[in-house]
Amino acid sequence: VSAAAANPAPSSRRISLAWAARQRVMIALILLILFGALRYDHFLGAYNVLSVLRYNSMFALTSLGMCFVIMGAGIDLSVGTTAAFASVVSALLSPYGLLPGLLGGLAAGFVVGAINGFMVTRMNIQPFIATLSGMLAASGSGLLLAQNQSVSVSYDTNFTWLGQGDLLGFPVPAWIAVLAYVYGSVLLNYLSLGRYVLSVGGNEEAARLMGLPVDRVKFLTYVQSGVFAGLAGVILAAQFGAGQPAEGVGWELFSIAAVVVGGTLLTGGVGSVATTLAGVLLLGLIFNVLNFENGLGWISLSAYWQSVVRGVFLMVVVMASSGAARRAVRSA
Amino acid sequence: MVDAPTIDRQGFSLDVAAFFRRYAALTALIVLLVFNFAVTPHFASWQTLNVNLTQVATIVIVSVGMTLVIATGGIDLSVGSLMAISGAIAPMIFLSSFGRSYPALGDALAFIVPVGVAGLFGLFNGWFITRFQVQPIVGTLVMFIAGRGIGQVLTNGNLQAFKNPMFQFIGLGRIFGVPCQVVIMLALVAAAAWTLRSTLFGRQILSVGGNERAARLSGVPVAAVKRWVYAISGLCAGIAGLVVVSINSSSDANLVGLGMELDAIAAVAVGGTPFTGGQATVVGTLIGALLIQLVRYTLLANGVPDAAALVVKGAIIAGAVWSQQRGKSA
Repeated sequence: VSAAAANPAPSSRRISLAWAARQRVMIALILLILFGALRYDHFLGAYNVLSVLRYNSMFALTSLGMCFVIMGAGIDLSVGTTAAFASVVSALLSPYGLLPGLLGGLAAGFVVGAINGFMVTRMNIQPFIATLSGMLAASGSGLLLAQNQSVSVSYDTNFTWLGQGDLLGFPVPAWIAVLAYVYGSVLLNYLSLGRYVLSVGGNEEAARLMGLPVDRVKFLTYVQSGVFAGLAGVILAAQFGAGQPAEGVGWELFSIAAVVVGGTLLTGGVGSVATTLAGVLLLGLIFNVLNFENGLGWISLSAYWQSVVRGVFLMVVVMASSGAARRAVRSA
Repeated sequence: MVDAPTIDRQGFSLDVAAFFRRYAALTALIVLLVFNFAVTPHFASWQTLNVNLTQVATIVIVSVGMTLVIATGGIDLSVGSLMAISGAIAPMIFLSSFGRSYPALGDALAFIVPVGVAGLFGLFNGWFITRFQVQPIVGTLVMFIAGRGIGQVLTNGNLQAFKNPMFQFIGLGRIFGVPCQVVIMLALVAAAAWTLRSTLFGRQILSVGGNERAARLSGVPVAAVKRWVYAISGLCAGIAGLVVVSINSSSDANLVGLGMELDAIAAVAVGGTPFTGGQATVVGTLIGALLIQLVRYTLLANGVPDAAALVVKGAIIAGAVWSQQRGKSA
């Protein structure tokens, strides 16, 4: 959470703003969980908790990759279709076993991420356009490979364990997401590469003058985002038993929303891994709470309300952090 | 072609190669047309022209508003969702008992109300972005997420099928043999190009995008200009939503305008409007959209699968933007 404290690039005002926003998201998440726990009988039951974690692990992974790209002042629109592409690759490789399927999906993500990074750093194409191209290319590749239909995974190998299995009573995809976030947190807070990402995102010119390998750092954030999206794709294939080339629509914008709710600034230079996870869980739990509320029978809101509620929620978060902005300016 | 005069530090250059790099999209469009005349069977026909223009019209209509937004240095992710809202409202009006008992009034309202509502949501985007100093990508992400939900909630996610020749004129009718939506598209392109080139509002848009502080200091009402620009983008999306449901004879809030924001942004980028704001070319956007459409048509007409066409589309977008940047630095 104290990610930005030692970062020299952005002004102290921006840091305190982002810090305030982060406390808010943690408090909001705790309040939502408390609300659910007090109001609904089985909200904190093992079944509900585990299925929420199992399903949202995919979004957690794409959001983590997105978080680093955004901290480097970029954006990655390709995460959804990269996941879809990777799910097809891993499903096709699943007959050869768990490891080939996993590695195939990661490799697919790596390739898309590397192409994105190349376009951004070598060809100087704005991240939005570069990753939009990457998004189309990944989607087309997935559809071509899968011949426009979903590809069943093999149940002869233990590939589906990656999406459906449990380890120590905890879903495997949730384990993967937790490990990824521990890695992300260590990378951001304790490794020089993480500090470099923040410096590059905060002030690219200054970072260049300090002698940081700016292009290499940016390239790595896109590759990392691609690999995490690939991992999400592997889980998608393993969890639903099929590689799905048409899946992943809108994941990129969901991930951006989760990162923003988590208090990471889209201008780059400031961010946090832990609150990105909180952002993912908040957006995911809203749907869960709506389901429970419908189950109580007092109201009947269709599933379509979830996007309205999510949008309004994002709006409130943005407005609240802007209120913090004005107060900070006044007190400065 | 460039509506806004741009400052060229190197002075006037007659370098032909640099010219073609700069106008890569136009060059590519011409090359592709020549290729098609030579290779694709039945290409030189009214039928082909009409098919392509009809398909591209909705993207261009949305892209016109998007060009103005990007000219201010912003972006509008909500256009696809606003299309869904507009497409959901129109049939609700003329299929209602009121619309059935007063068909003429019902049809008129089915044009005005959805476009007006989409414009109001656009105005909301602009208000939200300027009032709370939010980045446009986040500000319009709100309406991107909530907007389609609003459309789905309004229709309860159901498909509304209809047959209403009067209303569907906007998508199926012809004016002097030209499809109605193509006329609308050309009118909007002309109006926006004229606005950018010759009106105070157009100059204000470019000055806000070029240097917001300088614009504010020289008395440009920055917030008002931005609000208007997003409202115009919303209006364009509203019109496009009506065209789409008219063509389909049905409205499905889950699908209308899905992914349109990215198609429109791609058309604007390929057309040569930079994302940094301050410069814009609406005619370029038209060319960009035509190029993307023609690439897809060419590939499909020559037996390349749709999925491969997606990959090529991605490459075209990256290539066009890349060559424009090289053209500028050359």
